[in-house]
Amino acid sequence: MTTYLDHAATTPVRPEVADAYARALQVAGNPSSLHAAGRAARRVLEESRESIAADLGADPAEVILTAGGTEADNLAVQGIWRARAKEGRPGLVTSAVEHHAVLETAQHLAEHEGAETHELGVDVTGVVRTEELAELLAEQGERTGLVSVMWANNEVGTIQPIEQVASIAREHAVPVHSDAVQAVGQVPVDFAASGLDALSFSGHKLGAPIGIGALLARRGLGLVPVQHGGGQERSVRSGTLPHASFAALAAAVGAAVTDLAVEAQRRARLRDRLIAGVLEAVPDAELRGAPGAGRLPGNAHFTFSGADADALLFTLDAAGVCASSGSACQAGVQQPSHVLLAMGADDGAARSAVRLTLGWSSSEEDVEALLAALPEAVARARAAYRPRPSQQRAAVKEAS
Amino acid sequence: MRVLAALSGGVDSAVAAARAVDAGHDVVGVHMALSRSRAQHRNGSRGCCSIEDASDARRAADVLGIPYYVWDLSEEFEETVVADFLSEYEAGRTPNPCVRCNEHIKFSALLDRGLALGFDAVATGHYARIVDVPLADGGTRRELHRARDAAKDQSYVLAVMGADRLARSVFPLGEVASKDEVRAEAAARGLSVSAKPDSYDICFVADGDTQGFLRECLGARAGEIVDAEGTVVGEHEGAYAYTVGQRRGLGLNRPAADGKPRYVLEVDPAANRVVVGPSELLSVSEIAADDVTWLAEDLPADQWVQVSVQVRAHGDPVPARVRREQDRLLTELASPLRGIAPGQSIVLYDGTRVLGQAAIARAGRGAAAQVVGA
Repeated sequence: MTTYLDHAATTPVRPEVADAYARALQVAGNPSSLHAAGRAARRVLEESRESIAADLGADPAEVILTAGGTEADNLAVQGIWRARAKEGRPGLVTSAVEHHAVLETAQHLAEHEGAETHELGVDVTGVVRTEELAELLAEQGERTGLVSVMWANNEVGTIQPIEQVASIAREHAVPVHSDAVQAVGQVPVDFAASGLDALSFSGHKLGAPIGIGALLARRGLGLVPVQHGGGQERSVRSGTLPHASFAALAAAVGAAVTDLAVEAQRRARLRDRLIAGVLEAVPDAELRGAPGAGRLPGNAHFTFSGADADALLFTLDAAGVCASSGSACQAGVQQPSHVLLAMGADDGAARSAVRLTLGWSSSEEDVEALLAALPEAVARARAAYRPRPSQQRAAVKEAS
Repeated sequence: MRVLAALSGGVDSAVAAARAVDAGHDVVGVHMALSRSRAQHRNGSRGCCSIEDASDARRAADVLGIPYYVWDLSEEFEETVVADFLSEYEAGRTPNPCVRCNEHIKFSALLDRGLALGFDAVATGHYARIVDVPLADGGTRRELHRARDAAKDQSYVLAVMGADRLARSVFPLGEVASKDEVRAEAAARGLSVSAKPDSYDICFVADGDTQGFLRECLGARAGEIVDAEGTVVGEHEGAYAYTVGQRRGLGLNRPAADGKPRYVLEVDPAANRVVVGPSELLSVSEIAADDVTWLAEDLPADQWVQVSVQVRAHGDPVPARVRREQDRLLTELASPLRGIAPGQSIVLYDGTRVLGQAAIARAGRGAAAQVVGA
């Protein structure tokens, strides 16, 4: 029996979404075709768009279909920044704890197109320093083309003061984007009220299939296309429109938003039981991220000193628990978490993280199964721990 | 047993893991990431360290239905195997990095981590046999033997592991008749790596250019090539790049007086000098070695015993008598051998059985005692 505690990586497709998807797949046609079959598919697509827009406080014309969160982030960061860079605004501000879809895109623009990037620092719980943003824009607002700060962090679950970020950016007339991939479906998201110019989200974090997402982009926001072709989606995202996937996305957003208040409460209760249980089972485990209402209801994140994340994930996996470190891994090799490093953790801690995330299908049994397996898993991982040569050297240096 | 199968991404380790599964073990596949800057794709006959190789290992694990993980041992590899490789060459010796990898990584860092995580043994695709010999007292003695396929035998690079490591090792390919059998078995099992080319070169040396790698890491250090009389006969860019017994690539600008080919006789790193001469001067009959690993506790120390010895990875065994004195091993060859390079392993055999090994410190034509004292 497998205990799945990695809903932030992806969550199972909801049954009602699978039904909606299967129904939409019966509608054969290319939504861009002018004949009857095309019109039928287009109708599915546009009804989905309207439904998504209504659920997230957006106008249907503001919904741009993408293949997922990474594409939406790329479109927003590249598309908005390029449009502003042409007007003499090369500044590109992100936070230090953004997803790689934003950070790597910004770095690429810095290396190849002259973007002047700035990463905002965070406090020890992972909250972005808004005063740093205010100071920066007071100085360089006129040269800044985009501010991109995530709504909630994918590793430690910290919810950012996104309305404050948006309002500071707007004071200086700088467009502001937010990667809300982890937020949509977990916390209330109202695009119009947020003050944002653009917002990314992804279907498979909500119970839709992998491979569909959207960028909400305010009307009139200049956006240079990244993907060129037939001119679909306001001419900024070419490609044949996958109406069935979009219908699944609409069903997933609908399901997640409809019972959000009740489900968020249920999930937060489970999370609090999980956090209390972990701290009781392994008293020196360290909870990372913001406490209580400051973190996503489905997120718990710990570091275990004197253990490597990959050994912890291995021992948990062997005990039937699917978990994650939450941070990037390159061809299977766990990398130290840039999020924890930005929060002030040392290299050892940044390599010892376990993220446990709950979703719509999580139950008390999942939490209890984790708590039953955890002490032994941590003990084994700690027994297997050897400091890396570079860590040994750092320790010697520190001692001398 | 709970067995950790080391999966390089090649055909041997995949079939070894499959056989461990068939033997009823609870098997988990682990691919070691040993390079800190892994290439996306495999390049020729080089190693097992690209991301493509990691993907091949993952696919093999999928086909076998076993869990698969990547363990990052790149820092340990860099600081033991690669660092040792460079410092040995710098000291004028000729290291065998596969021996060091087996000693420090596969049967040390990997095995230790596996044991701590609850595994009982490590299985690899090495060609060698482990034989449990029943003893009169009812116990057994675990012995390391050459593989059945002498052409693929890898006992030479495995002898460095001690008895306690041997007790935790499984070599499922020791009894196969040939590599063709392994490839056929891989194909029959649906393993996509069945036709993957063998790797030969040192995995961390790009393009197989060892001299270029050494020059890049250690820097060019121009010096002289001299003959046995001290006459300068050529120049080099770093004595460290030469190996005793080497004939090719000397670039000598003066032919030998007798017109015979010349070989590297000695590498003197302190003087940054390479000494060359005729092949007769390469002949040695005595070898002093240290860092002894002894696998045959039934053999007495401090006595001369008759064995056969192998002094390079692809060399033939030759008769000799050896004497073990604590961490030192003295060898008298029955008949002289040419081109014995300090830094290589000397491995002792009794028939197919591996008795032990040591690292060659010196070789010479005098009495063993003199050689050791030199």
